[in-house]
Amino acid sequence: MKFIDTPFFKEVGDIARFTGRFFREIVKPRQEYEEFINQCFWIGYKSFPLVSITGFIMGIVLTIQSRPTLVEFGAASLLPSMVSVSLVREISPVITALICAGKIGSGIGAELGSMRVTEQIDAMEVSGTNPFKYLVVTRVMASTMMVPVLSTLAIAISLYGSYLGVNLKGSVSWSLFWYQAFDALSYGDFIPSITKTFFFGFAIGIVGCYKGYNSQKGTEGVGRSATTAVIVASLMVFILDLIAVQVTDLLGLT
Amino acid sequence: MEPNKSIIEISKLNKSFGENHVLKDFSMRLDSGESLVILGKSGSGKSVLIKCIIKLLEPDSGKIMVLDQDISKLDQDEMDLLRKDIGFLFQSNALYDSMTIRENLEFPLRRHWTKEERESLAEDAVIEALEDVGLAHTVDMMPIELSGGMRKRIALARTLILKPKLILYDEPTTGLDPITSREISELMISIQDKYKASSVIISHDMNCIQMTSNRVIALIEGRNYMADTYENLMKSTDPKVSEFFR
Repeated sequence: MKFIDTPFFKEVGDIARFTGRFFREIVKPRQEYEEFINQCFWIGYKSFPLVSITGFIMGIVLTIQSRPTLVEFGAASLLPSMVSVSLVREISPVITALICAGKIGSGIGAELGSMRVTEQIDAMEVSGTNPFKYLVVTRVMASTMMVPVLSTLAIAISLYGSYLGVNLKGSVSWSLFWYQAFDALSYGDFIPSITKTFFFGFAIGIVGCYKGYNSQKGTEGVGRSATTAVIVASLMVFILDLIAVQVTDLLGLT
Repeated sequence: MEPNKSIIEISKLNKSFGENHVLKDFSMRLDSGESLVILGKSGSGKSVLIKCIIKLLEPDSGKIMVLDQDISKLDQDEMDLLRKDIGFLFQSNALYDSMTIRENLEFPLRRHWTKEERESLAEDAVIEALEDVGLAHTVDMMPIELSGGMRKRIALARTLILKPKLILYDEPTTGLDPITSREISELMISIQDKYKASSVIISHDMNCIQMTSNRVIALIEGRNYMADTYENLMKSTDPKVSEFFR
């Protein structure tokens, strides 16, 4: 079993232990509600402008790019239905998660990494505060709660962008667009889409915290923590999306 | 506090990092009211020792008694309670840079004081600790706005907020100019007088050691090589010890 004794498997084991500690700490008393609310503000509210602009552009671009193909098959009237299914099921949740992996993952990785190398985390421990609970549990929980909220908002905004995109080269009324968009959708589209964003949020939070909390080698290590947090979190989003699509398929929700 | 009561008692402490055996059967004792300096070269294990005392690092073997408690037998909650009586001044100050000075000083209170105590007493405690270090006017400033010497004083104020019985100083004057170093050393003496706390000081700043120590331990090759007053160590003819005083 020599292949297990490699840096990759060691890292996987360390992340698993770190995640296990998260679940142990979360049930212990003395919840840090104030810091959790603070993190929800930073992770959720402060990410909203970026997510909304991206969602809006995504809706317009996807609509404009889909139109020629549908026109070719004489199915231009299906544009709102097709775009809404794409945006709700896949594109909005995944793009939102990737943006959050970049913004939140790197932010958490750099913040905790900097706190680690300047001994601020040790100072918390010495003062009797559990730094894991104060820093990690609050950030992972905030990320897990806020990414689905951001994703839901991104879906709404991207659909509005799609409405504008449809009307750039055509004429579809406000009510007809929404009727067609929602007519193509069912709970089987929304529920898996929102559910997987909780997992995306958790993965982004836990990877960012793991990389930052275990940062080493001074300022160079902080930069590395932030970068690897983004890379690993983005990769995790795709892996979780792949798993989610398989599970959705098995449950017959496609 | 009773005179000659043991505050810290360490016996046969060992700590290694891989092949690097940093502390080898290290033993020492700190009495009540005493100011003990650990003197050693860079990389000799001074900071490792002080971090073992506060349980930021786990020793490989040996026994550490702090304020009559064997810290190896304490669980997390018990250790947190013990830490209420221990102040730790970090070499890098370790001020929370996203918080104001007031929030920095209030942070240790959140674990050890009730909400009611914090609401009614925290403001006075913060101002008192800041007045002790002569920086009451900085209460609403951010750490980044302060000079290195001021940050060190604020970090010291934070260690004082819970009125500790034991203060651990990790290289308190490193990186400071000679005048500020002297001011910090004088501040440590005045704090010692006011709070009657015992202290362990990790340093290789000879002026600071001379000013603040009652006793000095020369930590050489991971062992308590020699322990005596600063004056007696300075007169020592042992080549390993006299090296520090050249």
